[in-house]
Amino acid sequence: MAQLNYLFKRLLQMIPVLFFVTVLIFTMIRLIPGDPARTLLGEMALEEDVQRLRELMGLNKPYTTQYFIWMKGILTGDLGRSLVYKMPVKDMILPRLRITVGLTFLSMIFAVILSFPLGYMAGKNKDKFGDQFIRVTALAAISMPSFWVGLLLMILFGVKLHWFPVGGWGETPAEQFRSLVLPALTSCLMTTALLMRNLRNSVVDISILDYVDFARSKGITETRVSTMHILRNALITTVTLLMMRMAWMLGGSVIIETVFSLPGMGKLMIDSIFGRDYAVVQVLVLAFSLLVILMNLITDILYSFLDPRVAL
Amino acid sequence: MEKEKLLEVKDLKTYFLLRDETVKAVDGVSFDVYEGETFGLVGESGCGKSQTCRSILKLLKRPGEIVGGEILYKGQDIVKMNKDEIRNIRGKEISIIFQEPMTSLNPVLKIKTQMFEAFHDTKMSKQEKLDKAIELLKLVGIPSPESRIEEYTHQFSGGMRQRAMIACALGARPKLLLADEPTTALDVTIQDQILKLINSLKDELKMSVILVTHDLGVVAQMCDRVAVMYAGIIVEMTDTVTLFSKPRHPYTYALMGSLPDQSKRGSRLEPITGAPPNLSKLPPGCPFAPRCKYVEDICRQERPEIFEIEPGHLTRCHFPEKVRSFTGIIDVPEQEVGNNG
Repeated sequence: MAQLNYLFKRLLQMIPVLFFVTVLIFTMIRLIPGDPARTLLGEMALEEDVQRLRELMGLNKPYTTQYFIWMKGILTGDLGRSLVYKMPVKDMILPRLRITVGLTFLSMIFAVILSFPLGYMAGKNKDKFGDQFIRVTALAAISMPSFWVGLLLMILFGVKLHWFPVGGWGETPAEQFRSLVLPALTSCLMTTALLMRNLRNSVVDISILDYVDFARSKGITETRVSTMHILRNALITTVTLLMMRMAWMLGGSVIIETVFSLPGMGKLMIDSIFGRDYAVVQVLVLAFSLLVILMNLITDILYSFLDPRVAL
Repeated sequence: MEKEKLLEVKDLKTYFLLRDETVKAVDGVSFDVYEGETFGLVGESGCGKSQTCRSILKLLKRPGEIVGGEILYKGQDIVKMNKDEIRNIRGKEISIIFQEPMTSLNPVLKIKTQMFEAFHDTKMSKQEKLDKAIELLKLVGIPSPESRIEEYTHQFSGGMRQRAMIACALGARPKLLLADEPTTALDVTIQDQILKLINSLKDELKMSVILVTHDLGVVAQMCDRVAVMYAGIIVEMTDTVTLFSKPRHPYTYALMGSLPDQSKRGSRLEPITGAPPNLSKLPPGCPFAPRCKYVEDICRQERPEIFEIEPGHLTRCHFPEKVRSFTGIIDVPEQEVGNNG
């Protein structure tokens, strides 16, 4: 009951946040120099043609009026039309959302599979060779820019070994999965390193606490000491970090999708900003913020399940 | 009646092997614990009393290690036991409770879950476990255990957590309870309740208790026999009455001098000057020599051996007769002392 109540309160809180976000996006995109009508028609177009197009698009109206028209559209489910692609934004976003969300989830899964066992092992063998090795590797992984790692992976697994496509998006689900593997690996690298270090440090810190010794003094198996007492407590911070990184990875998809030419939301965002495609950029930024807000909400709820001391 | 020896610690050495030094936390400690008795380990912080206690269950923190000696529990050497063998001793035969009730229970597991871990009988059904856990919580004096058992530790006060910890420790009816400063972190009224609880449980469950403390008042209230530790070694060991009436080591005597005394109201307390020695750079002689009022040259050069000054009364001092001329803080007629030994 308390949890439902909390959920309801948080959903209500989202309204002012989202309102603020819409105002921000709307203003920011219009502050960027460049005129959509001019961009669309090209440098050589006549001034009166540009002016006619501006009127057609409603760009000559006052900003407040434009904002209310846009908001009315959003609330009634009309996300507007892309100037460049000449199609409803709604139809453009849904297939791309699938790619971006798929990419984020896959890199999160990779990050968990890689970081949890390695981080735990490192923490358990503090200061031994394995721990040192894992820590140095993690440091290297954090220091490498993702676009560069992406290119390296592309050369090795795409060009040399032909295991995965170099870029682009497949036709069948299997092909599509294959084209997500390298981008997901690239994007998970930094998150993996961060999670690994976080989990390693938590395991080290928690292993020396009295409740671990007390649990051990009850004569339970070492496996149970490790899982129920050490890992269970170490995961509280690590899972929180994981969720925060997931929101971050959504933003990171802008770079990854460009490097691997994946037709996702990130790539669309870059293209639309260059093309001054107001309607698309606005909706995309709004969608990204909505995803991040939802992710934070899920994090908080998950946190209350992991740590009974946190009351919602 | 001759009581059976339950635990024999023989020349126990527990060192912390650091990169460039060795901290000799416990450096050759020997004592016996008999069935049904409360044995006290007293001393200042860092004298090795807690590490002695943790060594018995092999719960040393890295890089602590038992480097020598024997710990015989019912004749079996715990030091030589492998992981599975020691696991069968933990909880079932010997349990431990720690000083800090705030950090000694897992914050994310229900009290129930943590208590179930102490029950080793795997054939017990969930309901049986629940009944037994509730019964234990009642035994340690937790009100409305039926509902509190579903709670988490942060919903418990310090004293309640200490009681819950004791209930966990008693889950498998151990024969020996190691109490590592069980009341140090509690306020005085709760301290008294917990001590009385330990005493009554000891009688009820016919356990022996090793009580680690720095508080001579707690020793007087609880212990049958006491070992006074200093810098990783036992400096004096005897029964409680003798210790308080006829201390035969300058350190024990000095400890008592630093206790407030009702009969000497208004007089100044006598603190022990100086600080305990660095356990990685012990002087060759008696470790207490630098702080001892009666120190002579030989004390600084030669470490005294522990010896029996009277039946059942051991001391480690070159000049115990110097202390002989002093009386302790309680007066007990000679005959009575002998009977308790």
